[in-house]
Amino acid sequence: MNNPHTNINSAAIPLHSDRIRVDLQLIADMVEPGTRVLDIGCSDGELLGYLTRTKKVDGRGLELSNEGVRNCVAQGLPVMQGDADRDLGDYPDGAFDYAILSQTLQATHRPKEVLSELLRIGNKAIVSFPNFGHWRARFDLMFRGRMPQNPNLPIMWYETPNIHFCTVRDFVGMCDDMGVKIERSMVLNESGSKVSIDSHSRFANFFGNQALFMLSK
Amino acid sequence: MSTVANKDKRAPLPGHHMVLGETDKLRLDSGVEFGPFTIAYQTYGELNADKSNAILVCHALTGDQYVADEVHPITGKDGWWRELVGPGKIIDTDKYFVICSNVIGGCLGSTGPKDTNPETGKPWGLDFPVITIADMVRAQTMLIDALGIGSLFAVIGGSMGGMQVLEWCKSYPERVFAAAPIATSFRHSAQNIAFHEVGRQAVMADPDWCGGNYLLEGKKPARGLAVARMTAHITYLSQPALHRKFGRKLQNRGAITYSFDQDFQVESYLRHQGKSFVDRFDANSYLYITRAMDYFDLSIDYDGRLADAFKGSKTRFCIVSFSSDWCFTTAESRQLAHALNAASCNVSCVEIESDKGHDAFLLDEPDFHMVLGGFIDGAAEIRGLK
Repeated sequence: MNNPHTNINSAAIPLHSDRIRVDLQLIADMVEPGTRVLDIGCSDGELLGYLTRTKKVDGRGLELSNEGVRNCVAQGLPVMQGDADRDLGDYPDGAFDYAILSQTLQATHRPKEVLSELLRIGNKAIVSFPNFGHWRARFDLMFRGRMPQNPNLPIMWYETPNIHFCTVRDFVGMCDDMGVKIERSMVLNESGSKVSIDSHSRFANFFGNQALFMLSK
Repeated sequence: MSTVANKDKRAPLPGHHMVLGETDKLRLDSGVEFGPFTIAYQTYGELNADKSNAILVCHALTGDQYVADEVHPITGKDGWWRELVGPGKIIDTDKYFVICSNVIGGCLGSTGPKDTNPETGKPWGLDFPVITIADMVRAQTMLIDALGIGSLFAVIGGSMGGMQVLEWCKSYPERVFAAAPIATSFRHSAQNIAFHEVGRQAVMADPDWCGGNYLLEGKKPARGLAVARMTAHITYLSQPALHRKFGRKLQNRGAITYSFDQDFQVESYLRHQGKSFVDRFDANSYLYITRAMDYFDLSIDYDGRLADAFKGSKTRFCIVSFSSDWCFTTAESRQLAHALNAASCNVSCVEIESDKGHDAFLLDEPDFHMVLGGFIDGAAEIRGLK
């Protein structure tokens, strides 16, 4: 994000550098320019701001934390306070080309309903989540007898907002149940970079720290 | 100038006065064709060559057009939003042409019930037609037309000002590029109507109100209007804010006096609020303007489907509410935001944490200013304003 040494008062220097978190970049790469995008759980607007600036999307955001909403709106991004479980119902069918849910599915109360809402309001849904099938998660449970914790999931089980963990295979199973088409899928390592494994293979579920799917009805 | 302007016997207030509705009258919601009438307004900054940088600021119930003046001509204090409007400020008058007009029915220069009814030669009093928020906005459009401005870059306002913002967006969506309805609602709640009714009854119960004809009688319903203001003022604050400011502290005395004197600081404060209000506001205007707010319900023309009021709107919205505001709650702002979402509008909706109640929108609230500033800057970039 902003270089702390940049003089933000100088008009010659752009306010935003166009580098974003690696996993968000992978999502951004899936989005066609000039489209309508809803980013659900948009946090401080890193992805939404990037898409607005570089891909000229008509972007909107929904964010649970007041602080996140404030920071987004203060950057000029159209974001409102809301919750994926409760507040998607107002958006009309097909209002967006993409409905993005990044690292938020596992924190929703009803992931299946949320996913079907994403595909109602967006022609395509882009969903990423931490993979509990990753070998380290399996290791934590099997050999340490502890709930998995890692740099991406640092919060203790009793404090985490994440309540619906799944593995890549679990997620694919849900998509199959719902008749949802998987357009693209990939797995990412701990730093969010793409892992070059066939995302349909069992290795993906073992070595992928996070998973990223593009879905359609 | 028309005979309607400056009918006020006292010295005219500073600022611009425009006489409107001389040929095309103002058609009020009540069916009355009204005019000619005067709108008093202030402007700050310069209108650019393509007239694309105009911001209309709409004032609240007891506000006025002196939004950013250094010295208010009556109170001698700062303009009510001087914190936000001015050179280099969030609503930057070096960059934007800011217009703020006194609402029709008001008492600071725009035609209202204290002015002379040309048919009788006497003050209008209760013969003044009932005004709605839509009427206020229609009168504003006539002013904006007369200033030669087609589309406003932004319409911004809090409380009743926010109602006007929403009315602009509903009725003239193509003329509003960006809209900031702040601490407001798409309709006045039963609780708010109830408090307004208490205020109006206080005014009318004052014998000096004289059935609305106090000007003819040479009187002023000062006690009634002061009580109305005291009640209303409580609703603009919050329990924690009142407690923080006054607690149970006594006013210039060591002990309670076992009397009905103003023992508590909060009593003294309220009496002062009531008294100073009476010096600057007309009692009948207070009746008319509170009524306009009570009648406001943007969803009424759409069988309660608020989203239909904004269908197809290209306006960018930024809705702001304050956590301790119990006049215009965050829940109501969210209802509005949901309706805008359902209409596929471009909407931001932010709740600012504050314990200062409804009045927070007038006060130094850095988070609010940061949000509004970001919204305006972002919209200006898209509008191509330098």
